[in-house]
Amino acid sequence: MEAEPRIGVYICHCGVNISATVDVEQVAEFAATLPGVVVARDYLYMCSDPGQVLIQQDIEEHGLNRVVVASCSPRMHEPTFRGAAEEVGLNPYLVEMANIREQCSWVHADREQATGKAKALVASVVAKASRLEALEPREVGVTPGALVIGGGVAGVFAALDVADAGFPVYVVEKSDRLGGRALDLNRTFPTLEPVAELLRPSIERVQEHPQVTVLLNSQVTGVEGYVGNFDVTVAVGGAGGESESRQLSVGSIVVATGYDVFDAHRKPELGYGQYPNVITSLEMERWLHEGDLTVDGRTPKRVAFIQCVGSRDVQVGHPYCSRVCCMYTAKQSRLVRELLPKAAVTVFYMDVRTFGKGAEEFYDDARAKGVLYRRGNVSEIVRQGDRVLLLGEDTLQGRPFEFEADLVVLAVGMECRSDVGEVSTLLKLPRSADGFFLELHPKLRPVDTAVDGVFLAGCCQGPKDIPDTIAQAKAAASSALIPLIRGTVPAESATAVVDADLCAGCGMCVEVCPYGAPALDAVWGVSRINDVLCKGCGTCAVTCSAKAIRLQHFTAQQILAQVDALLCV
Amino acid sequence: MALKTEPLVEQLELLGCIQCGKCTGGCPVARKTTLNMRGLIYEMLVEPKFNEGKHPELWDCTCCFTCVERCPKDVRPAELIIGLRGELVEGGRLPETIGAALMGVFRQGNPTGMAREDRAAWVDGDRSGRLAVKAAQDGCDVLFYVGCSPAYDVRAQKVTRALARALQAAGVDFGTLGIDESCCGNEVRRMGEIGLFEMLVEENSELFRDVGASRMVTVSPHCFNTFKNEYGLDGIEVLHYTQLVADLIEQGRLKLSHKVEKTVTYHDPCFLGKQNHIFDEPREILKAIPGLKLVEMDRSRERSLCCEGGGGRMWAEGTNLEERLAFQRVQEAAETGAEVLAVACPFCLLTLEDAVKVQGLDEQLQVLDVMELVDLALDDGGEGE
Repeated sequence: MEAEPRIGVYICHCGVNISATVDVEQVAEFAATLPGVVVARDYLYMCSDPGQVLIQQDIEEHGLNRVVVASCSPRMHEPTFRGAAEEVGLNPYLVEMANIREQCSWVHADREQATGKAKALVASVVAKASRLEALEPREVGVTPGALVIGGGVAGVFAALDVADAGFPVYVVEKSDRLGGRALDLNRTFPTLEPVAELLRPSIERVQEHPQVTVLLNSQVTGVEGYVGNFDVTVAVGGAGGESESRQLSVGSIVVATGYDVFDAHRKPELGYGQYPNVITSLEMERWLHEGDLTVDGRTPKRVAFIQCVGSRDVQVGHPYCSRVCCMYTAKQSRLVRELLPKAAVTVFYMDVRTFGKGAEEFYDDARAKGVLYRRGNVSEIVRQGDRVLLLGEDTLQGRPFEFEADLVVLAVGMECRSDVGEVSTLLKLPRSADGFFLELHPKLRPVDTAVDGVFLAGCCQGPKDIPDTIAQAKAAASSALIPLIRGTVPAESATAVVDADLCAGCGMCVEVCPYGAPALDAVWGVSRINDVLCKGCGTCAVTCSAKAIRLQHFTAQQILAQVDALLCV
Repeated sequence: MALKTEPLVEQLELLGCIQCGKCTGGCPVARKTTLNMRGLIYEMLVEPKFNEGKHPELWDCTCCFTCVERCPKDVRPAELIIGLRGELVEGGRLPETIGAALMGVFRQGNPTGMAREDRAAWVDGDRSGRLAVKAAQDGCDVLFYVGCSPAYDVRAQKVTRALARALQAAGVDFGTLGIDESCCGNEVRRMGEIGLFEMLVEENSELFRDVGASRMVTVSPHCFNTFKNEYGLDGIEVLHYTQLVADLIEQGRLKLSHKVEKTVTYHDPCFLGKQNHIFDEPREILKAIPGLKLVEMDRSRERSLCCEGGGGRMWAEGTNLEERLAFQRVQEAAETGAEVLAVACPFCLLTLEDAVKVQGLDEQLQVLDVMELVDLALDDGGEGE
């Protein structure tokens, strides 16, 4: 016989996030009156160290065998409180959370009603808690090896770190070369190193690394499985353009699919594609690389750079800053000054953003070398004989200008790749409003994704320069290595179990399960659920017409008790 | 008199402005007068009060909406002009000619103040003898909304008749509201008379709904713009004639068989092009005319230069009479070597035709509406005018 429930209830203020709207003291007083509750407290931050110690002391002093924390979403801190309970010997599945922040204080304004709702939520969770059962934590083995999707700068550096740690890596690259778009660039900023030469040793090391398999002209076409054990299908390109399908098994995945360059044709008022004098910054990289800046055989006397083309512009659906254009424009304008010492070089800008090590100093240097910065972004470009005329306003002078130029460089920004949707569907990866892949938390989990075992590196997550890309690639590699090095990953304990006596063998559970966990026993004709594959989603349990499937931790009795408690308050 | 800046800053979300200067930089009027959209917004943002009476250039804006098109933050600078004009109109501090135009709309349903009962007189000018225009009130597929200039202005009437003849030739079941039609209010709103505009919206919408047509077509891009974007005419598809006519040609319902051997350049009207992104249909029509050679000006489509006829400017001269954008525009047209400058807007027709005369280009450049060129190409066309 199970011991009588001895429940501790902890109401969190979350600073003022909860306490500003919910009368937390009143909720704690109410919780103390609920059946099975031995102790009920409120505290400023339950998730803080003293908050956790408070729970641990109560477990030991009061002999608690259930803990209810009323605070934020379990997505936020369930692992925290489960961990705290486990440290003092309480099974983590005997901890339950009531979400009185996202589902209450953040969405309600009326203090009295919000307090009432918080009480109801707490009562409901306490009712469930008294019926909780201990479950054993489980782990499953991991396939040693990683997949890196994309062979640009991010992919190359992520692959190297995983490989150097001693694990096999597959790099799947869509094009016929490694290095990505960075190889279209001439020199780096602010250090002015030739990009191709800078990256060549790393690219060669990837190609020659015994742990790395590079698949060029290839694309990932299918991803099955979960963290620790992904089954990946790749269409591997052959020499003649045909492709063959190849199966890979890996424990983790780094997505490094990169970006697209903004298409300047989408700003027709700037005349790109219409005038030979108007080029994009990427074309300028090639011109600088070749050292030829002539337009129709003429050496330009007046060169203009226009910033923010396709960035910070809601008209083209890109409200964000592309983060690299200010610096590459400073770099290009400075190099143009050096190549064409007689030419007037003017940069038209709305704000100059030169963050990063040595960046502001480089911008200072560009101006010192004679690059003129003029505030006011160009609105329109029209023809003026062999030249073009830039129409804009000098916003510091407060009057419109007409600026003649022989050569105009449009500082085009970055956008998410046109095939981002396909990759997103393949990996079930969410995207942010800007179209790029969404990291799990903007500050705390910058390379993680909503999919366990899948990590982000480089510009597929948002515009960034080469140093930031490499930093993120190394971070993603490090995260991807965690399951590989551990060799096991925690598996869900709250799985579904079949009562063979009730099962009619209809096979509905086999049909509905998204993870392929149930199968009909060949001998007995009843369902058996593979608890390694089961993710505890509960789809089979609600489908089973014989009520033969029971989802642990979300049993019918537990949920009905919750509903009853809600209705009684 | 000075107004508190805060309400308009809030209403028009001016805090979104980053002072990039693209509005003033693209503004055709800013190059000839002291109008500075960015500067006005900045003043609204940093000053508690704004003395609108000290800004006579507020009446210079043509509401071409280049600033709105260029703004990277969706601030809609021209709406500030309309808002400030609203304050001026409210306080009775408006140019006399603007006041007269508004009074004309209020009394006679048109800004020239001509008699309401003469609104259908344009039909009488038809010399083909075949033009029959029925009353929309008797039921029709397409409601033909004529508009003020196309109904009253002798020059613009030719376009109206050309369109009517073409619709008839294509077998379109159309009707007009006759003398029951009133001003659309597009210019009224842009002159800042919001109360009168709202009244027109209410009355016109009721009239249109009573007719029950599922589609309506306008001669002027100005009427088209307000019906399409500001009226909220649910269930009625609003078309500019270039859309309808291009479609009739594509379907083979309108046959253009007479050669019109002319080199033509096309001027994109602001209210059709920049504001409603109808760039291709007028060109498709012109290309469908046999013998016609279409050449483009450097500034076309999104970069078309405003003729200075919008935003109430047909009834107000503005602060710089000498330099007219229309002068520059007809020179640009002449430089292409075109014999015809084609337009698709009655205001552009009038301002540019005037400019051609003033600039002494009448020997080499003729201003015609797209519809007049279509009329010349119709099997039985050209004879009417």
